Amino acid sequence: MIAFLLAQTVAITGGTVYPVSGPKIENATVLIRDGRIAAVGTNVAIPQGATRVDASGKWVTPGLIDGAGQMGLREISAVNNTNEGTLQGNDVAAAFNVLEGINPASTLIPVNRIEGITTTLAVPGGGLIWGQAALIDLDGATIEAMRVRSPAAMVADLSQGSKSAGGGSRAGAAQRLRRVLNDAREYAQRRNDYRRAQMQELGASAADLEALQPVLRGELSIIIVANRRSDIETALRIAREYNLRLILAGAAEGWMIASEIAAARVPVLVRPLDNIPSYDALGVRYENAALLSRGGVKIALLETETENTRNLRQQAGNAVATGMTWDQALRAVTLTPAEVFGVADRYGSLEAGKVANVVVWSGDPFEFSTGVEHVFIRGRDIPLRSRQTELLERYKTLPPKY
Amino acid sequence: MPAPAATSASQDTVGGIGPQYPSTYQRHPNPPVIIRNATIMTATGQEIQGGSIVLRDGRIVSVGTSVDAPADAVVVDGTGKWVTPGVIDTHSHLGVYAAPSTFAESDGNEATTPVTAEVWAEHAFWPQDPQIPLAIAGGVTTIQALPGSANLIGGRSAVLKLVPARSVQEMKFPGARYGLKMACGENPKRVYGQRGGPSTRMGNMAGYRSAFINAQGYRRRWDKWNKDHSGDQPDRNLRNETLADVLRGNIYVQNHCYRADEMVQMLDLAREFGFKIRSFHHAVEAYKIADVLAREGAAVSIWADWWGFKEEAMDGIYENAALVQQAGARPAIHSDSESGIQRLNQEAAKAMFHGRRAGIPITRDQALRWFTANAAWVLGIDSVVGTLEPGKMADVVLWSTDPLSVYARAVQVYNDGWLVYDRNDPTRQPKTDFNLGREP
Repeated sequence: MIAFLLAQTVAITGGTVYPVSGPKIENATVLIRDGRIAAVGTNVAIPQGATRVDASGKWVTPGLIDGAGQMGLREISAVNNTNEGTLQGNDVAAAFNVLEGINPASTLIPVNRIEGITTTLAVPGGGLIWGQAALIDLDGATIEAMRVRSPAAMVADLSQGSKSAGGGSRAGAAQRLRRVLNDAREYAQRRNDYRRAQMQELGASAADLEALQPVLRGELSIIIVANRRSDIETALRIAREYNLRLILAGAAEGWMIASEIAAARVPVLVRPLDNIPSYDALGVRYENAALLSRGGVKIALLETETENTRNLRQQAGNAVATGMTWDQALRAVTLTPAEVFGVADRYGSLEAGKVANVVVWSGDPFEFSTGVEHVFIRGRDIPLRSRQTELLERYKTLPPKY
Repeated sequence: MPAPAATSASQDTVGGIGPQYPSTYQRHPNPPVIIRNATIMTATGQEIQGGSIVLRDGRIVSVGTSVDAPADAVVVDGTGKWVTPGVIDTHSHLGVYAAPSTFAESDGNEATTPVTAEVWAEHAFWPQDPQIPLAIAGGVTTIQALPGSANLIGGRSAVLKLVPARSVQEMKFPGARYGLKMACGENPKRVYGQRGGPSTRMGNMAGYRSAFINAQGYRRRWDKWNKDHSGDQPDRNLRNETLADVLRGNIYVQNHCYRADEMVQMLDLAREFGFKIRSFHHAVEAYKIADVLAREGAAVSIWADWWGFKEEAMDGIYENAALVQQAGARPAIHSDSESGIQRLNQEAAKAMFHGRRAGIPITRDQALRWFTANAAWVLGIDSVVGTLEPGKMADVVLWSTDPLSVYARAVQVYNDGWLVYDRNDPTRQPKTDFNLGREP
């Protein structure tokens, strides 16, 4: 191993630090050692030889975590051969884990991380059960190097999108989901019968039923996409029936039943700017994230346009503009998603021992006037370069520099 | 003051055919208004602190730090707030791709043959599209509603006042010209590649050229007949009628085109047939030919940051608008989106600040002009709207804070002097028929 990489120590000094786990600290130091946060505070001894980053007048936050996209799974959405996120022809793809479809060399990764996004949930697409999502850091030459947690959640759909998997009916989709869960339970008790072909035909393959066991045991969360109020209530009902650890996604009409969602202690992944009415959710509104948050629901924010995951900042700013508190919005793109995806012991806040995903901003991270000064992912000071910055350099003055 | 007179080339009268589907737009009455003590961004280079603006009978009467308020004016306290011209979107599919976006509302692409210059967006425009009030709440006062980009030549656009209405005629911007939607690149290839072509960019170019060659003969016959009325009146042909008016310079070409090399091809095509391209749309690679665009006088209608969703959009960069501005060409920030149209101020802010960080000294006034005055120029209505100057149409937005902040929201929107939206007054938040009985 190369010794200096292992021994890398960085002190970010003088900034206003937003640990998220606690109140902001003026003129504080964040000490990074060997990819982890070693200390945070106003009284941090800076070891000799540490690289110093002067953050005076700057804001320091945890790296932002996007609650769902297809980073690494989708290079150009309109070019079929560059998409890896959907297992075609299987509406119940519980065994499909996206991880090995992720391309660590995707051009989308540098474009988005240099705007302060350090971690994203890579989510499959599909029919009724989409498969397993993986949480990844946006740095690393290999999938292993990027992996934060895989699987981080099972993903299923009870919105309009799943109707065809339900025979053309929402009720059919809900019933099919129950049938698959029932079959998964029974399969787990009768594996030998299954192998001897002494079971009735089951609603999914053995691999898919096997993959649902951690979900049924409550060890793996299940994200269910639902937008219409009645679909959200169906998801809550099914989660109660099977004792699932539910995460709602979309939840466009969630604001109507914020107290119900809060009482069920179910977190919600929400995209604040969604407000275009459809027959899936005529009650969609701009204030959804804010109303859910004020109603006591645990919220993590999404920017689902994968190539512009960087606009998570704008999503958060607009959530504030429509009534969420600024502190809640920052939490909704850092510590809350870390909690929701089961990695809050390592991610989401600036605390000693956590993975050193840290961003130094020139100001409020949600404001357009704010620039990114430094992005650390696992302690590495990421060069602020991407294919886009190279295009800018080439064409900044014309004729271009070839 | 009366509404500006329709010119000979306006949406009502192109083609020498006489008024067709004429605008029936009428200004809604509103008492005079004075907004006091606001920061007023005029889009003419000024940012007036503690400024006031007076609106009366649909016109801006005065703007400045000391203005005379009419005795009967409604006084609006602008303390801590900002005032800008109404937002103009040069590229919208509101009304033609209406929500709730089922097949029933999908009226934006006549994707039956690659050249459909004969279709008009206004003939499909649905004034009850529930996306319209959302855009109004974002400060939008004028849009260009365009056909989609499936076709090489998609049809006529319409310039519309964004106000509640029963028919599109009631929204047609008085005196504004039509646009012709043309599309380069991937979309026509994709739509027609397996359906008789074009299947290549070569085929795209041949398709435009053939269409305009047909229109040249048509124009000649009609121009001659209009002059001497000798012999039989030539037969009308809807497709050629529109293209002939492009050749005459009466209809603006609004050209969906992403790649730099294709834009250069289109400029040559325009030269071949003697028309001008008013604006390239999307133009994610405009920065690569910003000098050419400045020389040719073609504007660009672009996003702040869209990129990567298709191959021809891979080279989009944040600094596109700033680089085009720096080269002396004319950028406008457009939406092409029912969501983005609600926040064109935010998109312009993104483009401005990224430009500045790259060392391009974009002013706040320039960024404001990207979604006001420059957009008005793209639509040829810049003498009427797009800036806050006495005599101009009173299209005005009052913002909760600096409109280049993510936290700004439109508080009041005046369209032609009419308070069409007020965030603090539920009776001034228009709903379409579609919304009624459907919202909890």
